[in-house]
Amino acid sequence: MSSQTDDRSAQEKALAVERDVGNFSYETSYDFDAGKGLSERTIDYICDVKGEPDWMREFRKKALKVFNDKPMPSSWASPDLANIDFDRISYYMAKGRPSRSWDEVPDEVKKTFERLGVPEKERAFLAGVEAQFDSESSYSSMKEELAKQGVIFVSSSEGLMKHPEIFRQWFGKVIPIGDNKFSALNSAVFSGGSFIYIPKGVKLKQPLQAYFRINAEEMGQFERTLIIADEGAEMMYMEGCTAPQYETSALHSAVVELVALKGAKIQYVTVQNWSASVFNLVTKRGLALEDAEIRWIDCNIGSRLTMKYPAVVLRGERARGEVLSIALAHDGQHQDTGSKMIHAADNTSSNIVSKSISIGKGRATYRGMVQMPRHLKNCKNNTECDALLINTNSRTDTYPAIVVRGEGNSVQHEASVSKVSEEQIFYMQQRGIPEAEAMSLAVNGFVNDLVREFPMEYSVELRRLIDLEMEGSVG
Amino acid sequence: MTDTFYMTEALSICSDAAFEAHLGSLKDMPSWLLDIKREAWARYKALPEPRRKDEQWRFASTDGLSLDPYSYRVPSADPQECARPLLECGGCLDFADDAYIGGRPLYEEAAARGVIFLPLDRALREHPELVRRHLFERMPDLGSEKYQALHVAMFTTGVFLHVPRGVQVELPLAGLHEAVSEGASVFPHTLVVAEEGASVTMFDVFRSREAAARHFACAAADICALPGANIRYRMVQAWSRSSLAFHMNSASAERSSSVDAITINVGAAHVRSEQHGRIVGRGGNVQMHSLTLATGTQEVDQRTLQTHDAGDGHSNLLYKNVLLDKAHTIFSGLIRVAENAQRTDAYQTNRNLLLSPEAEADSLPGLEILANDVKCSHGASTGQLDKEQLYYMLARGLHRSTAQQLMVFGFFEEVLEKFGNEQLAQYVRDLLQESFNAHELLNNSPDAT
Repeated sequence: MSSQTDDRSAQEKALAVERDVGNFSYETSYDFDAGKGLSERTIDYICDVKGEPDWMREFRKKALKVFNDKPMPSSWASPDLANIDFDRISYYMAKGRPSRSWDEVPDEVKKTFERLGVPEKERAFLAGVEAQFDSESSYSSMKEELAKQGVIFVSSSEGLMKHPEIFRQWFGKVIPIGDNKFSALNSAVFSGGSFIYIPKGVKLKQPLQAYFRINAEEMGQFERTLIIADEGAEMMYMEGCTAPQYETSALHSAVVELVALKGAKIQYVTVQNWSASVFNLVTKRGLALEDAEIRWIDCNIGSRLTMKYPAVVLRGERARGEVLSIALAHDGQHQDTGSKMIHAADNTSSNIVSKSISIGKGRATYRGMVQMPRHLKNCKNNTECDALLINTNSRTDTYPAIVVRGEGNSVQHEASVSKVSEEQIFYMQQRGIPEAEAMSLAVNGFVNDLVREFPMEYSVELRRLIDLEMEGSVG
Repeated sequence: MTDTFYMTEALSICSDAAFEAHLGSLKDMPSWLLDIKREAWARYKALPEPRRKDEQWRFASTDGLSLDPYSYRVPSADPQECARPLLECGGCLDFADDAYIGGRPLYEEAAARGVIFLPLDRALREHPELVRRHLFERMPDLGSEKYQALHVAMFTTGVFLHVPRGVQVELPLAGLHEAVSEGASVFPHTLVVAEEGASVTMFDVFRSREAAARHFACAAADICALPGANIRYRMVQAWSRSSLAFHMNSASAERSSSVDAITINVGAAHVRSEQHGRIVGRGGNVQMHSLTLATGTQEVDQRTLQTHDAGDGHSNLLYKNVLLDKAHTIFSGLIRVAENAQRTDAYQTNRNLLLSPEAEADSLPGLEILANDVKCSHGASTGQLDKEQLYYMLARGLHRSTAQQLMVFGFFEEVLEKFGNEQLAQYVRDLLQESFNAHELLNNSPDAT
């Protein structure tokens, strides 16, 4: 019994090491603060600070109305949503203006990102970085030769002000205001996030990265990202996120819109490691035109409750959509993730692979939607969801919805739930591998084929994270 | 007003007058039953109509659920001509418009060993306490609570089968439930209880006597296997193609017992088929198989739940649907494994074959797993006939429609094989063939190319 308790505390210690990466905050004074609670005044404050045009102010106010009118999803969603107190959240807090050089970034903000290793990674392997601290982008930079090719990589506010012709054409088109309650909230108060345009035929060799940081207590972060890959362009975008652990909860509610024009390819990689006090309610959707490809590669390790179902609307013939998803749910966490594939043209194909691991009382949920309407021909979808349950009280759910009509369309869905087999562990122990290591190997084996899809830097980190999470959790 | 008046008047099915007339016909029933019925009628009226927005009615077309076209008449036991026996069996109960009209008595050997096989209304009079112990103990509760309440309020009779401890009933027993008069509503109830170590096979056939008549059926079957018991239940739904039907079934397995249930859907314009398999005792086993041939504009709305409340249990579900024309099927299934139900094996498979570009197959296969030492999986696939197989047959001179039918029968055979009774399997094959023929007539020249 006591050895079990020891194991448990050893595990917690091991976990604490990694989870602590983001668990710190420097005393920060904010230049702008819209105060707590949400009203038209909050929106006016944001618009005034940002100096936004009137159409945006109207857009935001319309969204606020939709947000207020829409009920909270109740029949299917986690009841934990009811614990979000919208009146206690700060909707806009910003320090300084975004800068092009780390030297100009305010000290405490810079220290934060340095501690998280962002500048170092930028030098090492990134084509561009954007770093967001609470509501605003603090740093944004891109390699010069990309700018010469016409690549745009700026914060969403800058995109709106400096590139209105492209921005306005696509903004809010993939995810309309009223898509859901949280997309409406984001539309009302969004700030930060990236605006990216890759011109025709430009293929980025290195990824662009955004780093999102919630620093203040009871903060709401509402970044808005819009990526447009013009015909034949290719790009990869990576985002990471952390927040310190507070007693009170924070809210992160992003909207991400991707547009892949004819023949373009977009890969969007997320490693979500929010602290366990963050509600992470995100709407992500891509629009893929003829021969285009959109891949969402999504890893959810942190947060209290995540609800995120990256979607691809396959609008052009032969478009391809893919979602690869890893979720790790610990005690007190609910990872409610999944995917939507909306087939809207002939000969489109989509693939969903989701793997989840529930540890302790953690709960992992897969929720999916695959849709092929009447007039379509020869569309294909393949979905696989595998869940691994580590402890006796771990929980997993799978709720896919599949609608198929049309001619020559086919859908396959497979899901399985299992635990690490005792035989596997026994076999490895026989060969002198300690139990914890064996468990870790087995779990790594379970997610291995997906981890490989992440860029190298991330996959190494993921493996290490999984090793640590698994220590001492046998039984 | 006299009783005779009640017996002749057709009343609107949802009216208080219909319910009062129904109660009036049950004067010799125990008062606890009348109380249950009154309470159910109040519940039926209080519960809201299902809406498509409700998770349990997702994808269903709820506007076809109006009961206006149907009427209620107090069942009359006028002697009627019994249908030709469908099957060789050890006993058969025949019903017409919810009145028992005869059949074949339980074979002597089983009767001598204490097996009770009676119309439910007679069982209520002759064995009230035994029936009361089990009646309405297990409803599926999968979204049709309003119609469950209607069923409880309005049922008159059905099949009551009770097999005492340790008795093996060798011959299958059958119930034939027919709707006869135009616009009639029927509420058949089947209750099968096998006591410890007992074993029995029961077939229920639901159909309209005339293919042209329109009926409303609101049926429930409650199959309960006590520890170590073994029940095979096969149900064929062949209501007329303009009918509306609810089938709300429950299969419950206690310790080391097993229930093997098969559902066949070929009839009705709109059928809601609910099936709740429950593992309530350690090592229980529930098998749920189904096949559906949907043609024309038929809608087949299937909701299933496999509940594992005890460990070491096993459940397996296989639902196969073939869709032609503008048919619509919905399969919504869930496996729920409780926290303490360790070492559970639970499987769920839905296979849809879309033979027409205008048909729609929806699939909602779900899992909710709260225990970790389990083997659970689900699979759903929707697709077409294998092109190469079809080509092979066409190349050998078969008509496209014949080749297609052969392949569909092949697809169904996996479920038909599980019947364990060739006669019933053949009866179902004939029904399927009839459905195909109706479809061909509808599409005058299926072989245009």
